[in-house]
Amino acid sequence: MPDGATPFVLDVKDLKTVFRTRRGEVHAVNDVSFTLKSGELLGVVGESGSGKSVTMMSLIRLLPMPPAEIRGGSVMFEGQDLARVSEDTMRAIRGARIGMVFQDPMTSLNPVFTVGYQIIEPLRTHMGLNKAQAANRAVELLELVGIPDARRRLDDYPHQFSGGMRQRVMIAIALACDPKVLIADEPTTALDVTIQAQILELIKDLRQKLGMAIVWITHDLGVIAGIADRVMVMYGGQVVEQAPVRELFANPQHPYTRMLLETVPNIRGDRQEKLRVIQGQPPILSKAPESCPFRDRCPQAFDRCASENPVRFDVGPAHDAACFWDFKTGAPRHA
Amino acid sequence: MRDTGTPKKLVEVKNLKMHFPIRSGLLRRVTGAVKAVDDVSFDIFEGETLGLVGESGCGKSTCGRAVLRLYEPTSGSIIIDGEEIAHAPFDKLRRLRPKMQMVFQDPQASLNPRMTVAGIIGEPLMEHGKMSAKDRLDRIYELMDAVGLNRDFANRYPHEFSGGQRQRIGIARALALNPKFIVCDEPIAALDVSIQAQVVNLLEELQDRLGLTYLFISHDLSMVRHIADRVVVMYLGKVAEIGPRDGLYDDPLHPYTKALLSAVPEPDPVAHDSANRTILQGDVPSPANPPKGCNFSTRCPVAMDICRRLDPEVAEVKPGRFVACHLYNETTSQTAGNAAQTVGA
Ligand SMILES: Nc1ncnc2c1ncn2[C@@H]1O[C@H](COP(=O)(O)OP(=O)(O)OP(=O)(O)O)[C@@H](O)[C@H]1O
Ligand SMILES: Nc1ncnc2c1ncn2[C@@H]1O[C@H](COP(=O)(O)OP(=O)(O)O)[C@@H](O)[C@H]1O
Ligand code: SF4
Ligand code: SF4
Ligand SMILES: [Mg+2]
Ligand SMILES: [Mg+2]
Repeated sequence: MPDGATPFVLDVKDLKTVFRTRRGEVHAVNDVSFTLKSGELLGVVGESGSGKSVTMMSLIRLLPMPPAEIRGGSVMFEGQDLARVSEDTMRAIRGARIGMVFQDPMTSLNPVFTVGYQIIEPLRTHMGLNKAQAANRAVELLELVGIPDARRRLDDYPHQFSGGMRQRVMIAIALACDPKVLIADEPTTALDVTIQAQILELIKDLRQKLGMAIVWITHDLGVIAGIADRVMVMYGGQVVEQAPVRELFANPQHPYTRMLLETVPNIRGDRQEKLRVIQGQPPILSKAPESCPFRDRCPQAFDRCASENPVRFDVGPAHDAACFWDFKTGAPRHA
Repeated sequence: MRDTGTPKKLVEVKNLKMHFPIRSGLLRRVTGAVKAVDDVSFDIFEGETLGLVGESGCGKSTCGRAVLRLYEPTSGSIIIDGEEIAHAPFDKLRRLRPKMQMVFQDPQASLNPRMTVAGIIGEPLMEHGKMSAKDRLDRIYELMDAVGLNRDFANRYPHEFSGGQRQRIGIARALALNPKFIVCDEPIAALDVSIQAQVVNLLEELQDRLGLTYLFISHDLSMVRHIADRVVVMYLGKVAEIGPRDGLYDDPLHPYTKALLSAVPEPDPVAHDSANRTILQGDVPSPANPPKGCNFSTRCPVAMDICRRLDPEVAEVKPGRFVACHLYNETTSQTAGNAAQTVGA
């Protein structure tokens, strides 16, 4: 490790992304900061539009610019600030040092190329393997993600695979160049629970074998509970709470997280007669927030929440929450 | 929800089949059939919510649509409020339509983007009633109140609303003609977690107030546990299990029901560490070419020889508990008892 190295494989600070559309600006990501340790799985939860995808797309610069514009922040990865490196450097990192898996494998796999070609191609460009080496590695990768009869299936096209198998192929492609970080954006959302369970098992197994760090985006608290080490909750383009997974579920400190945990029904155990509702709608992000984005829906809101946007306060070991209310004292936070 | 004496069966579905032809070749000749719904029977009691669950493509939507005669069923009988509709002629169907309605998954796609909210909600009133314009508007406002939409929005267009609000518009429209029975096909699947609870609570409140009967189709097993009184589990076009909610969730009998429930990740990190999951291998086979014998036999962790030869019939194995599995059929399986115990582990 060079001098001044951090324990983090990824260190994102104050990332700010704005879309400029005909109807005005959308402040999709507002001063988002987070870190990722080597080998760690960070779960990112939040409802649609909360900025999960745009945050991750911003840091690998995979957004259409324009309309997107990264207005600030730094993304430290392997000693470089990805927000500032050249597009060529970025291209060499994306898909190689940082792997990606998206929600819909049908749209991310190219229907006109064989599955084999789509795995072999990055191996040749990024890893400099020859054709035979790359083909062997492709078979290894498909076997790693549990595709039976892998060598024969190299010649198949994506439509000849089921949804679950396509997602396995996407994972194989993402793993092809031994990435340091894998970014998975709702990779199981489009799958049935039985297939999702297969993919989650696969990821747990691969983590042990490969030791890469993973960012896993989902809106499913059950999935997060099952695989994450640490969780970051997003709301209105901001990180509202961050904690180790057990701590977050046992001891949530942001009103949004607390309500979110109560609004989902259980599959086992007690069955509540009436579901807890979070009234209202998520905020419209047309300008940089000057107040708490959760204010309109928050039962705890008080005057300060209307005049200031809370920073992330330390609320426990490795646990922070962006809220002026202190649940531990049952009173507004000092300072 | 049901309190007085023997509940009345509002919907009776018997041996319903909905097969879609597969055409191939230049002449588009019929070369096979997708058996989307294959010999399905169930009842829905007045005022109850029957949940319908199963993996994608197992025939839930097809079943819901066939029950409302949005499809021409291949065979079988559908009785709604005492009237046979499976093969009823057009006029009879038209007369019965108001009683039975549907709420769709994608509120965006199911609402006409060129109509105002008032137009969308009022359309069934135009088609089926002879109301004056004023009465119609009053009724539209009443419906908007009932589903929690602000009356001031009556002249806005669907794209001006959020997903949850659009689903409220869809529900208001479905309620316009005072239906008795509503098929809700994944009504919350397109909505955010925090909005899902709003819509589910609304559906429950309307049911209590108006005495509605629901067929609630969903792949969200936790939400079905919340809303349903009884549950049907489908696999590849057939019924695997039917039972009362608590019995089915606490003690699933069919190996598929067990696997399906065990695959649902709980929002509790501690439970995950101790969970003993049955992870099903492989995928659901194609409904155009289902396996011989029990259709679950290719993935069933406790399949027996007989399962690959003989299709198990749905049988009542305990009061109110219906299961299609050889494990519970004493005459076909000697080893059933032992095997049944090992699945439960
Ligand atoms: N109009 C049609 N023509 C041919 N096949 C069809 C038609 N509609 C549905 N199918 C097939 O019937 C089967 C059942 O489909 P259906 O839409 O009922 O499934 P589902 O259980 O509602 O699935 P999902 O959870 O994905 O909504 C599928 O194999 C589907 O491809
Ligand atoms: N291409 C785009 N143009 C304008 N706004 C966009 C675009 N992509 C995303 N947004 C907006 O950015 C915000 C965050 O979106 P996103 O990160 O996709 O949410 P999530 O992944 O959490 O569902 C939303 O308000 C969304 O509407
Ligand atoms: S800062 Fe205020 S409005 Fe925001 S979540 Fe905390 S209490 Fe609620
Ligand atoms: S009949 Fe046989 S294959 Fe089918 S579910 Fe029962 S045990 Fe499994
Ligand atoms: Mg997203
Ligand atoms: Mg469907």
